[in-house]
Formats: sequence, C-alpha cells, structure tokens
Amino acid sequence: MSQDLSVVGRPGPRVEGIAKVTGQFTFVDDLAVPGMLTAKILRSTAAHARIRSLDTSRALTHPGVKAVITGKDLPTCYGIMPTGEDEHALAQEKARYVGDAVAAVAAVDEETADEALKLIGIEYEPLPIHMDVASALLGPGEPIHETRRAANVHKAVALEFGDVDAGFAAADYTREDLFFYEGSTHLPLEEHGALAVPEGPDRVTLHSSTQNPHYVHRAVAKVLGLPEGHVRLVAVPVGGGFGGKCDPFPHEIVACKLALITGRPVKITLTREEVFYAHRGRHPVLMWLRGGYRRDGSMTALHFKTMLDGGAHASYGPAAIYYTGALQTVTYRIPAYRFQGLRVFTNKPPCGPKRGHATPQPRFALEVHLDKVAHDLNMDPAKLRLQNLSRPFTMTVNHLRITSNGLRECLETVLRASNYAAKRGRLPYGRGVGLAVSSYMSGAGLPIYWNDMDHSQVFVKADRGGGVTVYTGATEIGQGAHTVHAAIVAEVLGLQTGDITLVTADTAAAPVDLGSYSSRVTFMSGNAALAAARRLRAMIAEASAERLEAAPEELEFREGRVYARSRPDHGLTFREACGLAEARHGNVLASGSYRPPQLGGPYKGSGVGPSPAYSFSAAVIELRVDSETGQIHVERVWLAHDIGKAINPVLARGQVEGSVYMGLGEALMEESAYRKQLLKAPSMLDYKSPTMMEMPDVETFLIESTDPEGPFGAKEVGQGPLLPIAPALANAVYDAVGVRVDEVPITPAKLVKALQSLAAGKGGRVGPERLPGFSYPEPTRVEPPPESYGHPAAADGTDGGVAAHAGQ
Amino acid sequence: MLRLPKFDYVAPPDLAGVLGVLSDRGEGARVIAGGTDLVPNLKRRQFEAAVLVSLHRVDSLRGVHGTHGSGLVIGALTPLDVIANHPHVQEHFRALSEAAGLVATPAIRTRATLAGNLLADTRCNYYDQTEPWRESLGWCMKAQGTICRVAPSSPRCLAVSSCDTAPALIALDARARLASPTGVREIALRELYRDDGIHYLDMARDEVLTEIALPPLGPTRSTYLKLRRRGSFDFPVLGVAARVSRAADGAVADARVVLTGIASRPVEIPEAAKLVGALPSDDAIAEVARAAEQRAKPLDNTDLTIVYRKRMARVYVARALRRCL
Ligand SMILES: Cc1cc2nc3c(=O)[nH]c(=O)nc-3n(C[C@H](O)[C@H](O)[C@H](O)COP(=O)(O)OP(=O)(O)OC[C@H]3O[C@@H](n4cnc5c(N)ncnc54)[C@H](O)[C@@H]3O)c2cc1C
Ligand code: SF4
Repeated sequence: MSQDLSVVGRPGPRVEGIAKVTGQFTFVDDLAVPGMLTAKILRSTAAHARIRSLDTSRALTHPGVKAVITGKDLPTCYGIMPTGEDEHALAQEKARYVGDAVAAVAAVDEETADEALKLIGIEYEPLPIHMDVASALLGPGEPIHETRRAANVHKAVALEFGDVDAGFAAADYTREDLFFYEGSTHLPLEEHGALAVPEGPDRVTLHSSTQNPHYVHRAVAKVLGLPEGHVRLVAVPVGGGFGGKCDPFPHEIVACKLALITGRPVKITLTREEVFYAHRGRHPVLMWLRGGYRRDGSMTALHFKTMLDGGAHASYGPAAIYYTGALQTVTYRIPAYRFQGLRVFTNKPPCGPKRGHATPQPRFALEVHLDKVAHDLNMDPAKLRLQNLSRPFTMTVNHLRITSNGLRECLETVLRASNYAAKRGRLPYGRGVGLAVSSYMSGAGLPIYWNDMDHSQVFVKADRGGGVTVYTGATEIGQGAHTVHAAIVAEVLGLQTGDITLVTADTAAAPVDLGSYSSRVTFMSGNAALAAARRLRAMIAEASAERLEAAPEELEFREGRVYARSRPDHGLTFREACGLAEARHGNVLASGSYRPPQLGGPYKGSGVGPSPAYSFSAAVIELRVDSETGQIHVERVWLAHDIGKAINPVLARGQVEGSVYMGLGEALMEESAYRKQLLKAPSMLDYKSPTMMEMPDVETFLIESTDPEGPFGAKEVGQGPLLPIAPALANAVYDAVGVRVDEVPITPAKLVKALQSLAAGKGGRVGPERLPGFSYPEPTRVEPPPESYGHPAAADGTDGGVAAHAGQ
Repeated sequence: MLRLPKFDYVAPPDLAGVLGVLSDRGEGARVIAGGTDLVPNLKRRQFEAAVLVSLHRVDSLRGVHGTHGSGLVIGALTPLDVIANHPHVQEHFRALSEAAGLVATPAIRTRATLAGNLLADTRCNYYDQTEPWRESLGWCMKAQGTICRVAPSSPRCLAVSSCDTAPALIALDARARLASPTGVREIALRELYRDDGIHYLDMARDEVLTEIALPPLGPTRSTYLKLRRRGSFDFPVLGVAARVSRAADGAVADARVVLTGIASRPVEIPEAAKLVGALPSDDAIAEVARAAEQRAKPLDNTDLTIVYRKRMARVYVARALRRCL
C-alpha cells in the first residue's frame, strides 16, 4: 500500500503554518468580544494556612469592579481523575500552596482588577508546611488533605509479577542503585487563557487554551451545577501544552462563574508567574532499584521503588504513581518484577503530566543502572541491552501487550550512526558517548473516567461543491493534530491537505475526543478519521459507480479525481462525484470512531500502562565535559524513533527535536527549585531552560515498523523521544570523565563535586544516599501472562518488515 | 500580564532639557535610556517613578569617537550592540566588546545602552520578584522591609552588581563624565560604585552619565569571561575582566583583574599587580587566581551555588589572564 500513498508519508507543510508564522493565528488571548470584562485571581501568599477571614467588601465597591467571588461561590470539588477530586476553583477553608487561588475579581480592565485584588482583606492562620517527601511523611500537625491514610500519603501501591525472590536467587549478580529526578515545568510560550461568554442565565461558552476540552467540559459543568449540554467548550489551539494544559483549572471555572454572575463575557489570561503556580509539571521522584542478572547479562528480576512528591493535589497523581512502574517492562524482558510506589502531598503547586508523564524518571534510573551493570559485568552497554530487548507481538510480565516493536532497529541505527562502538571508552578524557533506550504509549488504553464509550469520534462531510470538512474533538496544541487529520482524510479521498476544512475541539460542533494527552491523537482520533473517511469514500464511490460503469470497489480516488482503475483517463472530478453522492444519499456525511481493544491485566492498577501500541526510541549522545568548570557541552544527539509510520515526516522530526530539547533541559538545568515555601524562579529569565543557542545538532531517524492497528501503521512521536535523553546524557558524562551524577539536572556544581569525590578516592558519585523511611504495602502477587499472545507475526521470532529512514 | 504602574513620560530634545526636568520634578524623576533594566523593575513594583525622563532624543550622547592612540570616547547612550561590533573596540579594547556582546540577548542589545548597563540596578533573587512573591517571603530592606533576607544579620543590602561592561571598563581604566543641573564632573569609573546593594552608585539623583572615556594603553590585551547557566541571555553570576599591558621587552607593564557578580560593586583584585615587572608565568597567574577566589564572597542570591561560584572565580581568572598573554 505504502508506495501508493500521495499525502501520508510526505513532508507537507502544516495546515495552519502560514497563519502561525504570519501572526494571523488566533490564540485565546487574541480573542476580544464586545462588553468583555477582565478577571484576575487573588492567590495565596501562604503555603499552608487556614483562611481566618476574607473581606471582599472594599474590592466590590471599587469603581469598575463588576463582581468578586470567593470559595463560597464555588463549593463543588473537582479533579481530573474521579479518584482524586480534591480541588476547588477557589480555596475553601484553607490554602495549600503559595499561588493557590483564593478569590477572583471581574472588572472593566486589567488595571482595575489588579487594584481590586489589593483591596481584598485576608487573614491567614499558618499551618505546618511540608516541602518534600521526607517532611511530608514525618508530617506533624494538620495534614495537607484529610485522607484515610497516614499523614500526607496520597497513595501507596505495590505489585509483584512472577516470583521476584526466585529471580534474584537465580541471579549471578545483583546491583542496587538510588536515583533522584528533579521536578520541572512545561514552560509553554503561551500563558493559559480563558474567555467565558454567557449565553443567557444558565448557559455559557468557554473558549480555553486547553489540551483536554472534554474533561474541562465535564468539570466546568459539574462545578457550575449546569447540565453538560448547557456548557459549550471550545478549545482554542494552544500555544504549547506539553501536559501543562491537561487539567481543568481554576481560571476556567472562575471565568465561567463570573460571566454568569455579570452577564458579560469575561476573559482571564494568566501571568507567567501564575503559569508556574498552575504547574502540573514533572514530579520530583526518588527511586531505588535492584536488578538481578546472569553472567551473560540477561535479567532475572527487577525490584523498583519510587517516591513521588506530588504537590498539593491529586491531579493525575493516581496514574502518575503507576506510571513510575509501568513501562520498564516494555523495553526489556523482565521475567519477574516487583514495583512499589508512593505519592505524597506537599505544599507546592500540584505536579501532573509533563511530556512523558512520570515515565522519564524511572527510565532515567533504569538506563543508568543498566550502564553501571554493564560496567560491572565488563560488557558493552549496547550488548547488555540487546541481550534483554523486548520482542514484537509479546506480552510483558505485567500484562502489557506489545504489538509492532522496532526497538532493535532503533538501537542498531543509533549505534551505527554515532559510531558508538568505536567511541565508547576510547575518546580522549573529557569526551564521551552515552546510550539509552525507551518506550512510550500511543494513547492510554483506558479513559480517565471509567466508561465503555468511544475514545474518539470523527465526522467527515462532503458537499456538492467538492468541499470536505472534518469535525473532530481533537485539539491542536502545536503537535500537528490538524495536519494529521487533514492528511489522513485527504489521502483516502484523493485530495491534498489544503482541500480539507477542519472544525475542531468545539463541543457544540464536533464529536468527542478525549484530548491531546498521552500521545493519543494520531493513533486514536487518526483511526476514527480514517474510518470516517473510508465510509465517506464508499458513499461517493457507490454514487459514482454507475456513471463510471465500474464496481464501487474498483474506483480510485486520486489527484482530485474519481476513476475506475482500468480506465484512468475516463473519470469524474471529485466535485462531480460529490454532487452524485448528494443526489443519491442526501447528506454526504460519515462518522468513524475509535475505541482501543480490551487491554490490561487482572489486577488493580492495571489500567495504567496498557496502550494499543508502543513507540520505541534509542539515543546516543556525544558530549564534552570541562573538568575544571563541570560545564557540559552536548555535541550531537542521534535519536532513532519507531513511529510505526510517519504521517508527516517533517512534523514527526519536529516532535523528536522538541522532545530532545525538553529532555536536555531536564537533564542539564531545569528544576522546580524552592526557596522556603516559594518557587525560587517563577519567571522566563530565572527558570533555566535551554534556548536555541544551547541546542546541539540532532540527527533523527524515523523507524517505520508499521503497526497493525495504527492509522496507516502510525504510532506516537510526541513524548517518547524525550525519555532516553537524560540517561544517555548521564551515561555519556560517565564515559567522558568517569563520574556518576545519579540525579538530574546534572549541574556544573554537581559535576565538580563528583569530580572532587573521584579525585579524593571517594567513588565519584553524587546522588541520593537513601530513601526516607516508609513501609510500602505488601505487594499483590500477579501471575505473568504467557509471553506469546498468538499474533501470527510473532511466530517467526523476527521483528517484521521494518524500514529505516535517515533524517536530514 | 504584569502591568506597569502609572507615570508621566517626557523626552526632551537635548541634555539641558533633561537636566531641567530632573531638577524641576525632584525625587520622583528618573532617567530612562533603553529601559531594558528599568521597565521590568517597574513592572515588578520594585520602586516607583512619577516621571520618566527619556534620553532617546539626545543624539549628542550617542557614538564612539577617537582612536586607541589618542583614547576613545563613547557616548553614554550608545547601544551595546554598536559597541560590541565596533571594529576599533574589538581590536584594542577587547574586554569591552566582549562584555557588551555578552549582555542579555541580541534584541535587547540593540536597545540597551552603555550608561544603562553601567547604572543598572543590583540584583538579588529574593528581590527580583513580583510584589506578591516578596510579600509571601517577607519584605526586605531594599524595598518596603527592614532586614536582608539573604543574610538577616547584615546591616546592609547585599544585592549583586551584575552589569557586564563595568568590570571590563574598570580594567581598561575608564573614566566617567557626569552632568547635573549644577555642572559637569569627571571621575574614574571605579569611583562610581559603592559596596551597598541599595546605594550602589556614588551619584546624585539629578546627575546624568554622558560619556565614558578610555585612555590609550599601549600594547595591551584584554578579555571578559562570563559565568552563567545559558550563553544565550543570562546575567553574569560571575564575570571576570582581565587586562595585561606589556612593555617593549615583553614584561608585564600593567595588569588588572576585575570581578563582577560577587559583590554589590565590581571587585578589583589588587594581587594582579604582582604580575607587573616580569614575564608572565603560570605560577604568577595561579597566585592571582587564588587571590581572586579568596576575595570572591558570593551569597546565595543569584543562580548557581555559592561554593561553585567561589571556586569558579579561580578558574575564570586564570583563564582570563591566559587569554591576555
Ligand atoms: C532578559 C534580560 C537579560 C539581561 N541580561 C543582562 C546581562 O546579561 N548583563 C547585563 O549586564 N544586563 C542584562 N540585562 C539588563 C539590561 O538589559 C542591561 O543592563 C542594559 O544595558 C540596560 O541598559 P538600558 O539602556 O536599557 O538601561 P535602562 O533600563 O534605561 O536604565 C537602567 C538604569 O540606569 C539609569 N540610567 C540609564 N541611563 C542613564 C544615564 N545616562 N544617566 C543616568 N542614569 C541613567 C536608569 O535610570 C536606570 O536606573 C538584562 C535584561 C533583561 C530584560
Ligand atoms: S541582598 Fe538582602 S536586602 Fe538586598 S535585595 Fe537581597 S534580600 Fe533584599
């Protein structure tokens, strides 16, 4: 099929590209409607405090102020996960972190709203503050949330697959390691914004820069006490999300409430500092692991413990905790696996799903651990990995179903391109190469709230003028959702992406899509679009067949024409064919949908990790270390990513490069650092994230393993390529100067410290020394599934027909 | 977004007009050049200004004049990118072109002026924050409060001098010309700075910096090295300017090492004088570098850790001096 494709697989421009680069693209903050008010949120200056009094009377009488609301006006709780509904749009009886929303003002303009905020009187009664896991666990005094569990424990889980003790007993060699992965934030260029337009007393339209209009829709309706049909959610294309715009946020709910109270449209745009408080960024995670190996390097057992510093709310935490233990098994055949996870509440902005959602941390730990194991066993780290690599069409020990798997090709490709074997251990002092591999999901196999409905639905409509419109709930967040939908539909109908009109992410105009999270859009909404387009094509073919004197299945749709394969010169224009279809069917409208197959093992927590398909990545990093200053200069990154099939290779490469960029930021400098109860650097200048100038050359290889269930074989690319970056960098540092920094970011100061430790004969390691005391629950023992699930392609033990394409 | 407080704005056509407004409007008047330091500070409500007096129409304050043989005069309003790319400055006053070229970002350097850089506010990451942030932490003596949050027992503010061109110009023995409603004075640039994070300048409120003069230095090499997280736009957390002038026989005739980013003013390392009179040697350079490390007393109010920044003073001074040989 693939040589026949005329749009899919080709490097076309983004459909909204010209508008974006010419500044014509509309983001939420560009929206203005007559009579619009501006809202501002008063945020807590206390990190944990009971609100003793809150006086809004002076603010209310300030000229130009139209409404002031507090927690009393929005008493209903919400949260992205049904098991973690612990948030309120405005604080109820207490504030839980600096930046927690406490009250809100709607006024004629931003200055007036700012002035009014200063007139709100508030008295806090301080409560004990917990800023890290150890302190939260010891936690004297009032817990951050009343939970059924100890002190500030949000959730503790434990699972065991197979017989781990037996696995360790069978090992010739075991190794334990401790790691820490610092928290970081998304830093999207666009600050979150929302515009709420009242439509009568009990209806509201919310335009928001959200990745997940469907979940926001539900939360807003719930908190406002309106039927969902009375709330219309329009997700305005987002200027950068990366997971930071996945939760329902106070500013969205507050804008709607103020719009309903005042009867006027209300806009709210967060300041940069407020974006840091909205957060939902990378969890800081402490990790301990123990691996057992045979002399030949094959793994016999793995035991993994994680401790997540969750911040003040559950957010995606109930999933995040499992994600720190879920995907280790997707890259390596681990015969027996024990996982214990803990998430605690702290008085910090809530953590959530940053690109890779709680999997970069364990991936860092595992890949650096393996590098150390290889050194201990005197093995090539690449060979150790090859020895343990997962296989296509198999089940993992924790019941994850792997379909297409191009990991071996990814690994071999970067090893070859980087000349790893010739460089590792052989470059002059101060230069080094490091390797790591990873895997990520093409969409979560289960929805966030339990239900049996579709994950994505798409309508495609053709009209007598030959116009084609795609209606999808999928949200453009810069990743290329629009272009991918246009490409899939254009391919099926023999058109170009520019021929397709898109109506997206509007709950009144498009069917449901669960959202732009967990790398699910191309796979899930793409599959729904493919199904819809094929149905539409069948309708048009059926109507054209008679005129073309051919059977419908004999018709080709290409280059804007419809013709019989046997008589290519005798055909209809697409427009004519649409006219025939309208005459025959009335509406030329087709719908398609996608729901993942039943996935997941027979245990509690098995909902996290399954995906209809996994992407795979491998990276080699070459770098230079200045051993006097500890500064790292990354020279080159080779990254191969098994994307299944690149619908648009330019966009796919953009995602790879963006992921490498973000991974390097976390590996080298980004940190959600605190000073006392305050974020140390809530600004673009002081929160250190790399810029274009710090970006090394990236050589991208798209590996196409053609997934049997993905649209045209496609899998994800938005998040996976971030994962191997931090560990590859840490491993390259070791290769360069012989020290181990077992935590990220690997700052110059830590590197200098490690080098001093090495020089003093003290091992040359910097990293955590122990986990804080905590007794995890006893693991639930789960029997592993048989490795084969009987897919025909698995039988011959090969990796299927995988094609590699070198990137430029 | 963060909004500016309200203020009046005037842009007189000449220096006399500027000085007139400064004397008429008294305390509340403030000069604005490129505004790249002043405006963010106003947005964070670190101080207020009743009127901003812009220099941008005073063309006489722009330009680079003279030669290295006769000495150079640089108008205070000259943009940093002009200085960084000026062939003569690049060749003969390299520390200055390097320092100017390492300030902020290319876009900012086209607006930012030399005077604005030399007079830019001291920095402290307990202070360079919005009002609610500082309220949460507790106010400090640089604005609204009474104690220093970095060092609560300190009698003075320890905010950090963070302008890149000052150490370079001090190493090059620059002089500054100041105009006020009552007259004009010229001083060595080093005398402009005080070791106090609040009163960091020895300058009257109604004075305007008009010119920087660089004396001829004979056969000289100079350089500026800057420590920061990102080469793309960060302030210095340590800056080292070095200058070595040589006599005809190759012996060091004069040497200067000046540090920024480690105190409330640029810090000269007097031990650099020990290089004078002999051919430069690795040992002598190491000794100056050690002295610099001892004199560097960074505090935890900028990016990166104090131990690291102090240690880097030695590494950067040695590297800077080696580049001057
Ligand atoms: C993102 C960012 C990064 C930055 N990075 C750096 C950096 O790396 N290094 C660095 O040194 N700076 C940096 N800066 C600060 C600033 O951009 C520079 O210091 C710049 O040179 C200031 O010049 P200006 O003309 O814009 O000054 P302005 O903001 O106009 O003025 C600064 C101060 O000087 C006073 N002033 C200006 N001209 C005169 C005059 N002729 N007489 C009397 N008083 C005067 C003003 O009243 C004000 O107090 C950065 C700023 C930003 C926003
Ligand atoms: S050094 Fe101390 S007084 Fe000065 S700005 Fe910082 S905290 Fe305030």
